[in-house]
Amino acid sequence: MNLQADTLRKIDEVITHYPVKRSAALPLLHYVQEDQGYISSEAIEWIAARLEVQPVNVYELVTFYPMFRQKPIGRRHIKVCRTLSCAIMGGYRTCSEFQRQFSTGLGEVSPDGEVTVDFVECLASCGTAPVVMIDDELYEKVDVAKARALSEKIKAGAPIAAGKT
Amino acid sequence: MIQPAATDLITVNIDGKEIAVPKGTNVIEAARRVDVDVPFYCYHPKLAIVGNCRMCLVEMGMPAVDPATKAPVMDPATGRQRINWSPRPTIACATNVSPGLHIRTTTPMVKECREGVMEFLLINHPLDCPICDQAGECKLQEQSTGYGRGYSRFIEQKNVKPKRTLLGPRVMLDDERCILCSRCVRFSKDIAKDDVLGFTDRGSYTTLTCYPGRRLENNYSLNTVDICPVGALTSTDFRFKMRVWFLKQTNSIDTESSAGANTVVWSREGAIYRITPRQHDGVNDTWMADSGRVLYKQVRDPGRLVSVRVAGAESAVEFALRAASELFAKGGVAVVGSGRSSVEEQFLTRRLADAAKAGTWLVSRVGMGDGLLISADRNPNVRGALVTGLIAALPSPTLDSLGAEIDSGAVRTVVSVGEDLEAAGLTAAQLARVAVIYLGTHADATSAAARIVIPTLTVFEKHGTLVNQQFRIQRFFKAVPGIVGATDDLTVLAGLVAAAGGRSMGTDVGTLWPAIAAGVPALATMDFGNIPDSGLLIDGAPWAGLPFAEGPALHFKPTAQQEAARG
Amino acid sequence: MPAPEQHRLIFKHIGADGYTNDLACYQRNGGYEVLKKAVLRKPEDLMDEVKKSGLRGRGGAGFSCGVKWSLVDRKSGKPIYLVVNADESEPGTFKDRYIIYQDPHQLIEGIMISCFANRVERAFIYIRGEFPDGARILERAIAEARAAGFAGPNVLGTGYGCEVYVHRGAGAYICGEETGLIESLEGKRPYPRIKPPYFPAVLGLYMCPTIVNNVETLCHVKHIADMGGEAYSRIGTPGNTGTRILCVSGHVRRPGYYEFEVGRVTLGQLLNEVCGGPLPGRTFKAVIPGGSSAKVLRFGERYKGKRKVGAEMVEYDWGVEDIPMDFDSLAMIGSMGGSGGVIVMDDSVSMVEALGNINAFYSHESCGQCTPCREGSLWMKKITARMVRGEARPEDGALLKSVADQIAGRTICAFGEACAWPTQSFIAKFGEEFKGYAQARRTPRPDGVPELV
Repeated sequence: MNLQADTLRKIDEVITHYPVKRSAALPLLHYVQEDQGYISSEAIEWIAARLEVQPVNVYELVTFYPMFRQKPIGRRHIKVCRTLSCAIMGGYRTCSEFQRQFSTGLGEVSPDGEVTVDFVECLASCGTAPVVMIDDELYEKVDVAKARALSEKIKAGAPIAAGKT
Repeated sequence: MIQPAATDLITVNIDGKEIAVPKGTNVIEAARRVDVDVPFYCYHPKLAIVGNCRMCLVEMGMPAVDPATKAPVMDPATGRQRINWSPRPTIACATNVSPGLHIRTTTPMVKECREGVMEFLLINHPLDCPICDQAGECKLQEQSTGYGRGYSRFIEQKNVKPKRTLLGPRVMLDDERCILCSRCVRFSKDIAKDDVLGFTDRGSYTTLTCYPGRRLENNYSLNTVDICPVGALTSTDFRFKMRVWFLKQTNSIDTESSAGANTVVWSREGAIYRITPRQHDGVNDTWMADSGRVLYKQVRDPGRLVSVRVAGAESAVEFALRAASELFAKGGVAVVGSGRSSVEEQFLTRRLADAAKAGTWLVSRVGMGDGLLISADRNPNVRGALVTGLIAALPSPTLDSLGAEIDSGAVRTVVSVGEDLEAAGLTAAQLARVAVIYLGTHADATSAAARIVIPTLTVFEKHGTLVNQQFRIQRFFKAVPGIVGATDDLTVLAGLVAAAGGRSMGTDVGTLWPAIAAGVPALATMDFGNIPDSGLLIDGAPWAGLPFAEGPALHFKPTAQQEAARG
Repeated sequence: MPAPEQHRLIFKHIGADGYTNDLACYQRNGGYEVLKKAVLRKPEDLMDEVKKSGLRGRGGAGFSCGVKWSLVDRKSGKPIYLVVNADESEPGTFKDRYIIYQDPHQLIEGIMISCFANRVERAFIYIRGEFPDGARILERAIAEARAAGFAGPNVLGTGYGCEVYVHRGAGAYICGEETGLIESLEGKRPYPRIKPPYFPAVLGLYMCPTIVNNVETLCHVKHIADMGGEAYSRIGTPGNTGTRILCVSGHVRRPGYYEFEVGRVTLGQLLNEVCGGPLPGRTFKAVIPGGSSAKVLRFGERYKGKRKVGAEMVEYDWGVEDIPMDFDSLAMIGSMGGSGGVIVMDDSVSMVEALGNINAFYSHESCGQCTPCREGSLWMKKITARMVRGEARPEDGALLKSVADQIAGRTICAFGEACAWPTQSFIAKFGEEFKGYAQARRTPRPDGVPELV
């Protein structure tokens, strides 16, 4: 497993938070995914060995939680909320716009490799619907026009100002 | 039978019937005792309780008491204490008896719960019954008939999941049939200690799987097939071979070790199709090892001995016994009995040794015990040989001392009851020096070299008893007729006893047992007919100091003395 | 009657200009003074204050916090854990997010006081995976607090120690269920446990006694420790004390978060005055008052009956607008206070499609452990999806209700009710829309009305 030194350090540290090693499964999966971009089967076995559990115990988690992926994604991960409040404010149209802008379907890597567009469930910012997360940043009131603007910025490689929480 | 008034019995009321059961009993088991059937899928008496199928939902009520005074509140209509019935149903598997507990299983609410759960289980279930091995012993079939609504309202598309996945060499998985009860996962993790199964994905798309690259191949994998309530996990060996309703069930015992796991042999028209475990809470719970299940294949094995041979020519039992008699008359006889023989056969073997004034040997087979149901002693019935007096000490793995007696010329005739003497250490030269009378089921080096060969029966083709590591005598029964050309062991042995000049003995378990009871002190009170299905424990004290090979296993702990003797 | 002013107790500094989420700012505003006083008191006293305060959980169940703490098994000798439920995932709810991002130290102070009161030495904040910055903010805040002696092995030199760790989830709503959360914290699939016997207060995290409390609830504990339980109980209304944060989203002019004394603002005042009423040209049609699991209310319906006010039974005859936003009133008229997520739908929304959206959410989030919820939630989703995209039959509404009726009350955890109640209430209140949906679908959708499924 070719993990960065900093990742290994964080992994060693977080395991000490728990009286039972297995509890560190989610933190380790997050660290590994942040390091590698996704969770490979090598990573699953490495994490299982590290936590002294069986590989199937880690595999069960990777497939249960939607935030973990087993394949690489585009350079940016666009997650559009589709739950009720955002939907009635136009979330589905926002998502379609992103897909149109990058000529991509849901859950795929766009042809230019820039983005993966996914639907997600309620992001707990319903008052500013429709809401979108791009990687770790939250963007509020993302209607079709703003989706277009954000897409332009992504394609131009420009930094995109985050919505304030 | 009158229950003793024990202080840890709790009285509960199930559908109006009162019963007292031990503390810690759950409602499913308590209901069983008053012939009330509570349906379930995920519950299993030997596995942890998870309560996820929701099929065992029942109505629960507790006697009403005044909260302030704790006095009972009476119901004017019945004149008895009023019962506060809970508006929510409760799962019977996770509800343990408590004083005053009332359960109802025949109300409209319970009926709706069951119809609801059945409907939910069937909406994504594939219509595989015509091609599914589980048909005839499928809980979904049984419970939808008994408790389902009888029609479907589902018109959407069913979920599609992997079918026909080879989970391991002996187990086939069909994920669409799986109802996610998790029995197999619990068994693999907690009993077989092989945590290789798990659930992936989520919600209704949850799928049972093995970790990719791993297989379900431990020596207890077929137990998951037994406990799977539907046809999701099936045996590759039994796949598509026979419908279970055609099969006859015969009780038997697993002979691969002295654990003595109880089994059921399933056969039809003289052919055996599979072996499954039989529940015995004192021996094997509801489990058996995979390796014991394939033993039925020996019945139709091509190496099966099917003709009596005397001096190389085909013959008949009558002439074989006459030839044996001539050999016995010359003296110098040795008898090699077997730890795989039944108690009845060992009793007759001893009589033969007495009549022929022969020394007795046994061959031991010791391996690694697996801590579960394969003990370190791979002979199922060494203790039977001790109890009947056939041997006085534990056998050794080789027949060196017999070999010495052959070399010295003291032994000129060897009777072998199913033991390959060469495999047991005698050289070809030694074998050539003696006349061998061989009783056995399969061809081996000894049967090829023997002067007299009399084919006998496998454990599946005869009745008998075996004594397991717990000193428990257990019965096995004839499942299929003996192969043509073989003779029942008791008939042959009794014939040899007579050929050696001994008394005439009974040739079946019924007529032989009075002599066994009379001749073997430990078995004095018994008769083949009155040994219960759960077997009887014999007092092992006379042999307590012997260094038995078995270590701790399921329902077995060696005594301190034996631990010390083993060293 | 005009709406009362907000009572910003928890949200005092949320959105305030110049307020930052670091320790220095928190302390400039009186932060950790309450903790300093609390650790000098007996833990039992603090538990007593919480009991007297009448505080009810703000995560959704509204269960008495004092009672929850009193159920903890303190005799087993096992360590007692506190787990902070920061998995805010109930659709329509957005309050804990702001506390975490903008005023994390209020939460930490509440946690430390609660841990001290319950003799907890290790606490976990289970924060949803979609708040990655929130997790970083909390970790930094905890580090600051530890450095200043407000958390860690020796709190304020008293010898009492408590470590607080942040644990990130990964996108599962079921981790908001307390036993699902515990299973997730243990590193397993978050399958809720059967109760009995696995009540967290007795057999919780690592089979030790565990308290699971919502973020907002723990912040209230800080204020209760500050002003005393008695004083707190005089805020709000009897049985529904203190303040609560209402999160309004959907078709109102001013969606957002608003903190009021419990029961002192009505739904009508909230939506019409505080939130500015419906969008131009539209009228209110339906409102879900407590997160998407709560039963929907239809504008125009009336609720009549008798309720206890003080010592008397008083008649009430309310429209939707008249309902006071407290736990008991909302339960009384057939819905619930829940998490405070108020989702407003106007006449542009098709209730069939709205239910389709809700059913898709629940079927996606069902953990799959028990039969009714696993199969029933997906079946309901397939029916509404078919109605919207395929063939809609007039009897589908009745079928949906019948399926939902087979789920509620039959499951391991409250997710069964959560996925069944929307369907049951939508069909009960808007049944004619379901019957006539095939017909209604033939009318083309107006431009501004988005798809929901």
